[in-house]
Amino acid sequence: MPKRNGNTASSSPETPVRMKGAQMVWEALLREGVRVIFGHPGGAILPTYDALAPYEAAGKIHHVLVRHEQCAAHMADGWARATGEVGVCIATSGPGATNLVTGLATAQMDSVPVVAITGQVPTNLLGTDAFQESDVVGVTAPVCKHNYLVTDVNELPLILKEAFYIAREGRPGVVLIDICKDVQNAEGWFRYDFEINLPGFEPWPQADMEAIRRAAELINKAERPLVLAGHGVQLAGVGRELLQMVEKAEIPVVTTLLGAGNIPESHPLSLGMGGMHGEAYANRAVQSCDVLIAMGMRFDDRITGRLDSFAKQAKIIHFEVDKAEVGKNVVPDVAVVGDLAETLPALLPLIEERRHQVWLQEIREWKRDTEQTDILNYEVDELIPPFVIRQLWHATHHVQNGPPIIVTDVGQHQMWESQYFIHDHPGQLITSGGLGTMGFALPAAIGAQMAHPNRLVWAVVGDGGFQMTMQELAVIKQEGDLPVKVAIINNGFLGMVRQWQQLFYEKRYVGTPVWSPDFVKLAEAYQIPALAVTKPEQVVPAIEQALSTPGPFLIDFRVKEEVNVYPMVAPGAAVDQLIRRPKPAVMQGYSGVQPSW
Amino acid sequence: MKYTLIAWMRDKPGVLSRVAGMMRRRNFNIDSLQVGHSETPGISRMTFVVDGNERMVDQVIKQLRKLVDVTRVENISGQPIVAREMALIRVSTNAENRSEIVQMVNIYRGEIVDVALDSMIVQIVGSEERVASLIDLLDNFGIIEMVRTGPVAMARGQVEHKYRHGTAVWRAQANGRDATAAERFRTGGV
Repeated sequence: MPKRNGNTASSSPETPVRMKGAQMVWEALLREGVRVIFGHPGGAILPTYDALAPYEAAGKIHHVLVRHEQCAAHMADGWARATGEVGVCIATSGPGATNLVTGLATAQMDSVPVVAITGQVPTNLLGTDAFQESDVVGVTAPVCKHNYLVTDVNELPLILKEAFYIAREGRPGVVLIDICKDVQNAEGWFRYDFEINLPGFEPWPQADMEAIRRAAELINKAERPLVLAGHGVQLAGVGRELLQMVEKAEIPVVTTLLGAGNIPESHPLSLGMGGMHGEAYANRAVQSCDVLIAMGMRFDDRITGRLDSFAKQAKIIHFEVDKAEVGKNVVPDVAVVGDLAETLPALLPLIEERRHQVWLQEIREWKRDTEQTDILNYEVDELIPPFVIRQLWHATHHVQNGPPIIVTDVGQHQMWESQYFIHDHPGQLITSGGLGTMGFALPAAIGAQMAHPNRLVWAVVGDGGFQMTMQELAVIKQEGDLPVKVAIINNGFLGMVRQWQQLFYEKRYVGTPVWSPDFVKLAEAYQIPALAVTKPEQVVPAIEQALSTPGPFLIDFRVKEEVNVYPMVAPGAAVDQLIRRPKPAVMQGYSGVQPSW
Repeated sequence: MKYTLIAWMRDKPGVLSRVAGMMRRRNFNIDSLQVGHSETPGISRMTFVVDGNERMVDQVIKQLRKLVDVTRVENISGQPIVAREMALIRVSTNAENRSEIVQMVNIYRGEIVDVALDSMIVQIVGSEERVASLIDLLDNFGIIEMVRTGPVAMARGQVEHKYRHGTAVWRAQANGRDATAAERFRTGGV
């Protein structure tokens, strides 16, 4: 549970202790409850690494050595998403810090609390283009919630406390602290009982009861209400309240990609994911509802399609903690600004018990028309990715030690996973939604696994994305055989890009065929057991072998090459104008783009 | 349409670049931007003129408020305001036209702040229109060099005094103690 106010100041003031800036970093991390950090050392951060030694020896803080700093940020991100706590990564100046940028941007776009600590050249060399100097604060400012350059050791303790406070409170995000090397070496007084005083930072805007009443009024009058639930529901931890509300008033729920599992997807009111690769009935529901209740989501273009035809018929209610998101893309009729953990429980008693059988029946009919299992009932003797994903769900959804955590990369497999894996628990799916960062899955899965050593963690990744960060297999080994299971959906292409080339660029496959090494041999080189799967009947035994093998396991699913993700809303089209699955009965008389696989 | 916004922010290194970076990143059009001290030590005041529509300005304000160092933002467009610009204009002169130029500058309530044999520097403070119109006139004599600020602005009339805590800070300093954080930052409440 995140702290709702950052002021942990006790009544008796803390006695300041004299120490080096480098040590202050670890003292502050301890106070923030950080147990694991992900990083890569280098010249400008060496004093801080040196000061870690006693903390590591005492088992207080564990450092994970990554093979590329981008993955340090992704691991901290995976850790933070799996725990709800702030993830911490650390890197040196210059190239170390610039390598972090992609990972930080990924976390920031998906509202994940991450604190990054970077070394910087000594203050007397700042601005001189010194060895391994780069303007890290300047480079990272656009992808951070806030950042700091520390040039005075006496400011360091307060900055560290502010950084965690800003990263964690309100809509979470990334805070970077760039610490000059001489500051790390300088001695100062450390205490941590500061009162945070940030007059320009309003993390939890006051909820307006009047807006909540107006929202309730609209919902109670609605004949065809629909909830569109995003990541914010999970961040506020109000999945249960949401379920109570939609069951009370019988409201179907569409989620965003990051909102997967906000209510169990096997629940009759769940319509799964909406948007570009959402099911047709989910998008039709969005385009036919009379009241759209958007919760903790930001109307990303992947969910809205063409904005000027998005849910035009509906009254829109927007529950949101970040004021700047209200009215940014979609202007709501009622905006309920505030923490969902406050606004949703306040809304709940105002909602009347209602039944919407006519509306639900209509959706059921659309659902029959576009049943997603069509593709699975297709008789194929070839290995198709949706089949692999569904088998993965069958084999893993009931495992012990809590629901499995599925970490996906970006591309076709990511969409197939969201369609064919049934997410019944919030936080079960970890994926890069906003930034769409290929290479995310393996390091984020490592972060999530470190946070939950006993839970089953699968990294589902394409052959393209895997090759962006596959060097992190070494971390799996170095951290003592982390039991991360890796499923490579290997189709020999950058599949999603190829799909776009097929549909919109007349099959000119420029730059999308991918040559890959033999992933089984690669895993062997890393001393990780692995299997290749080429036939449908090998899928289940392979997954079972992965589950029964302690420690890591890698499966290379060599799937059929040119399979597309359907349904698909073409970029710039309205969300109900979609390319449907190739089912003969549905295809008859359909004049849209003819899919071929 | 043009909108005039005022933003108060903590006087920290890099804050101007944060504001400018956010404006550039979000593709907002700034016509002009003026920065200077406010009545409160440690708090700078920026006057923006933004070109756009209601929705864009709403976003500008909200995104500005999201910056941690920005403590307060107000949209004063549509209110009665005092907005002033300043310009320094080096205009080329000779014996014949010097007195004519001086007359014109006087009509505009400008000042001659420097005179050389072949030129002089004219200073003008006023509304955007007044400054522009004098510049047009002086252009006939040949402008050698010019520098012009954008507007700084303030709402007219009686304002609520809840933000006037600057004096508390000065009083504290006059009494030989540092202002408390609360005294310093109360100006800032968004």
